Amino acid sequence: MDTLLQQLINGLTLGAVYALVALGYTMVYGIIGLINFAHGEVVMIGTMVAFTVIVSLAGSGMPPLLILGIGLLVAVLACMILGWALERVAYRPLRHAPRLTPLITAIGMSIVLQNVAMIIWGRNYITFPPMINKEIFEVGGASFTNVQVAIVCLAALVMLGLTYLVQRTRIGMAMRATAQNPHVALLMGVDINRVIAMAFIIGSALGALAGCMVGSYYEIAHYQMGFMLGLKAFTAAVLGGIGNMAGAMAGGLLLGIIEALGAGYIGDLTGDFLGSHYQDIFAFVVLIIVLMFRPSGLFGERTGDRA
Amino acid sequence: MPVDKVLMYLDNRPFAGPVTNTILEIKSMNHVRIPGVLVVLAASLAVVGCGKKEEPKAAAPAAAPVAAAPAPAKPEIIVVKIGHVAPLTGPIAHLGKDNENGARLAIEDANAKKVEIGGKVVQFELLGEDDQADPKTGTVVAQKLVDAKVAGVVGHLNSGTTIPASAIYNQAGLPQISPSATNPKYTQQGFNTAFRVMANDIQQGSVVGTYAVKDLGGKKIAIIDDRTAYGQGLADEVEKAAKAAGATVVAREFTTDKATDFKAILTKIKAKKPDVIFLGGMDAVGGPMLKQIKELGIQAKFTTGDGGCSPELIKLAGPASEGVICTQAGLPPEKLPNGQKFLEDFTKKYGQIQIYSPYSYDAVMVLVDAMKRANSADPAKYLPEVGKTSYDGVTGKIEFDEKGDIKNGAITVFEIKDGKLVTLKSEGGTAPK
Amino acid sequence: MNLPRKKFPFWQQHWLGLLLLATALLAVPFVAALGGQAWVRIANFAILYVFLALGLNIVVGYAGLLDLGYVAFYAVGAYAYALLASPHFGIHLPFWVILPFGAALACLFGVLLGAPTLKLRGDYLAIVTLGFGEIIRIFMNNLNAPINVTNGAQGITLIDPIRIGDFSFSQTSTILGVTLSGPQKYYFLLVALAILVIVVNMRLQDSRIGRAWQAIREDEVAAKACGINTRNIKLLAFAMGASFGGIAGGVFAAMQGFVSPESFSLMESITILAMVVLGGMGHIPGVILGAVLLTALPEALRYGIEPIQQAAFGRMIIDPESLRMLVFGLALVLVMRFRPAGLWPSSLRRRELAEATD
Repeated sequence: MDTLLQQLINGLTLGAVYALVALGYTMVYGIIGLINFAHGEVVMIGTMVAFTVIVSLAGSGMPPLLILGIGLLVAVLACMILGWALERVAYRPLRHAPRLTPLITAIGMSIVLQNVAMIIWGRNYITFPPMINKEIFEVGGASFTNVQVAIVCLAALVMLGLTYLVQRTRIGMAMRATAQNPHVALLMGVDINRVIAMAFIIGSALGALAGCMVGSYYEIAHYQMGFMLGLKAFTAAVLGGIGNMAGAMAGGLLLGIIEALGAGYIGDLTGDFLGSHYQDIFAFVVLIIVLMFRPSGLFGERTGDRA
Repeated sequence: MPVDKVLMYLDNRPFAGPVTNTILEIKSMNHVRIPGVLVVLAASLAVVGCGKKEEPKAAAPAAAPVAAAPAPAKPEIIVVKIGHVAPLTGPIAHLGKDNENGARLAIEDANAKKVEIGGKVVQFELLGEDDQADPKTGTVVAQKLVDAKVAGVVGHLNSGTTIPASAIYNQAGLPQISPSATNPKYTQQGFNTAFRVMANDIQQGSVVGTYAVKDLGGKKIAIIDDRTAYGQGLADEVEKAAKAAGATVVAREFTTDKATDFKAILTKIKAKKPDVIFLGGMDAVGGPMLKQIKELGIQAKFTTGDGGCSPELIKLAGPASEGVICTQAGLPPEKLPNGQKFLEDFTKKYGQIQIYSPYSYDAVMVLVDAMKRANSADPAKYLPEVGKTSYDGVTGKIEFDEKGDIKNGAITVFEIKDGKLVTLKSEGGTAPK
Repeated sequence: MNLPRKKFPFWQQHWLGLLLLATALLAVPFVAALGGQAWVRIANFAILYVFLALGLNIVVGYAGLLDLGYVAFYAVGAYAYALLASPHFGIHLPFWVILPFGAALACLFGVLLGAPTLKLRGDYLAIVTLGFGEIIRIFMNNLNAPINVTNGAQGITLIDPIRIGDFSFSQTSTILGVTLSGPQKYYFLLVALAILVIVVNMRLQDSRIGRAWQAIREDEVAAKACGINTRNIKLLAFAMGASFGGIAGGVFAAMQGFVSPESFSLMESITILAMVVLGGMGHIPGVILGAVLLTALPEALRYGIEPIQQAAFGRMIIDPESLRMLVFGLALVLVMRFRPAGLWPSSLRRRELAEATD
């Protein structure tokens, strides 16, 4: 039982991170139907920027939490600019291009960002300096750290805030309108370009936040870390129903938990025929099964014709 | 809709605008119906004609770039190129660069010694290539080195690129010494050109496995590997050795070399209460894993092979790396006269050693040594000498068995104490006097 | 714009061009060899990718099904060849048995992938195919226990080269007074295969099936309403694309003599897709151009970057390796920016794009 609880805690932490990254994918997709493949790299750049800021402030004698806060803030700002620039330079000119064109651009941008990061931060693994003194709590035989608690709480807060933003504010309304029908939204006086740019900016800010969480949690960073993370988060977004914010959150959490339970129990379930080497398969198999029965994901609307 | 006209475009307009039908019409009217046989005939004629015409050209390049290699271009100095291949991009690029730096240092040292071959001073040159850890790129790069008429090759880093490339070097008769490919299959292919200066997985795995049981007193062992050729091979050998020494393997778990989250498998391992955990994987996996082991409150002793036996692991895991037991092929540097000097020179020049740079250093030196003994830099002439190597390297005495594996390769067990790798003991190998 | 006109068979209309092309193709391995056999190998990989890209073109370009797991079929073909022609199981079947078998097996996998994903559209399909590709790779990587099928991450070594009697494709030999190296021989084999896939692509394009695919690509509901059996037609696209992937895999295994799962990563699928889109989806010359460019570009950069930097700055500013992939990525972005329909789109596509307001 304590093992199960521990696995759920593991999955929840992982899922919270996935959910934040997945939101970045889904916001962009929901509004202009584009898979921003470079989003994982935005997360990576966020981690790296935070790393640089933290390391350069580490000797200044400021309290560690403040340093972390500044690092986070700078990372978020940097990623917002990066997100805006990505949209402006790479995607906006292609808004009327065939559907696959921006996808290739996104892949190209992802390669560019990775290699720029490699040139700046080197090809070695980087130790992300731990700014929070880790405390380990034990509940019912399962242990977790204060960092994990902070990650889950922060993710929950941000998601609440984002829901408020989208449901209650003017820009949120404009976003929803654009997602529904860009032409009509335009006629209603919505500045589409601004709305789309906002989606990228907000998504990237969430990505930067997720990047800092990953950095503080695993205390490791690498210029290629964004690829797998982005892939998993994208899977999560599709699982929930891409374009749907609640779906991205649920999909992220679900994927995190599926992965943890999958790795933990797949051996027992199959009589040790399949071991934890198949843990990455688990997520995809669940995804395929879900999509077979709900072709638009768990929370996706059955609109169908968005090919 | 006009049908796409492949040749229309090829003939006239590489990036053409709209196709006009007039051109099409003219083309089709001008055209004379020719039976298919004729076309085939024409094509086959072209094969022969073209082939004949090209033949001298095809033969020419073989001679053209040779000048660089053993040909006595200048009377007193000859240039000998040695190839080096490792991934310089991608997730293990840091190890690739480390290997290359090791080889580079060896080249500089060899040049400083003013090695003479056939009465002429040799100027060694390193041709460093990037194989991206991709088997396909590995073969292209291998061919590139063969084309460049290198005298020998040091590399590749991964077994996955070393094996397909070894066929190309073998065909060209080029000696290849891998500093780090540990997959036993590399030398089992029957190639007389394939060598390695590092103990293979079998040798190393048995030392770690036995040590975990006999010296650490492990009765229940959990084994994790990263599903790479290296991790898988090593973990399998450790499992065998541990079982043979009387321990039980309570958990066999897996991860990937790109993963950073190991809590799920560690939680499962925790429930099995092992005394010793072994990781077959690289330092980038070991670092975060050690931290997570601590967070989950697992008490077992952590052991790993040479991939995790690096300063990088200490850097990545921080205090969590205290007490880790790990092995490296070769003898500890303090036991070797040349080792200490290498350590100092390398650190001064390139910073910290990752893992395999001493081996790539030795690999270059073995080639140079064989050339000296054969008194020739011609691969055909000095290749037999490589097999007869008996060289005191910075990693210990290097001799090859008939397959090209290092003979009686030494394995050293280290423990991490106060953030440093401390030698516990060495097995096998002979220290030079 | 499109007047009805009498159609001669393609090769009859363009016999002169075809002849020139044939001559050029024949000359390539000899000209490339001037720069070293490495260039012949690069040319071989370029043609292998032409083959793969045209296979994927059937799925993505014609039928409009976004497939991010194409490499799975390539892997199936490669492993089929490796297992049936290597000391791993001690089986050494001739290539003319294995290549069709590999194609058939890949075809079966194509249907297996296609069947559960029929209802999915666009990007949902993309992620499921991506997952499928990963699943295949993970299985290849792990099927060494309990029964050793694929030998796991260590891969399979000593795979037989393609061999006809005593004539082996991996050795240098002299035919009719012409000395051919191993890579050069594979070149001709690959060209023959590439011509096969080009012919199939061309014939498909204007066939009933090809038009049905196009109809599905443009509007699936309308296609269904027109009486097209969308299920079977879509499955057919997957199956055909997969078969070509399977053949390519077999040739790859024979050429390399070694296969391991790391050759079949997701990045490989993405690269092939990039070739199709960059060149011009659904347009055969475009796809060929895309495949050749994307294979040759990183290699050319490998040779070119160092001298260029030396000439420009007098020393190395940035590692050539970092810069190489950077330039590659930038090239993708820039091409898409300035030629959104691909470098060499079909005229139909170009028109659509010009008219598109949406």
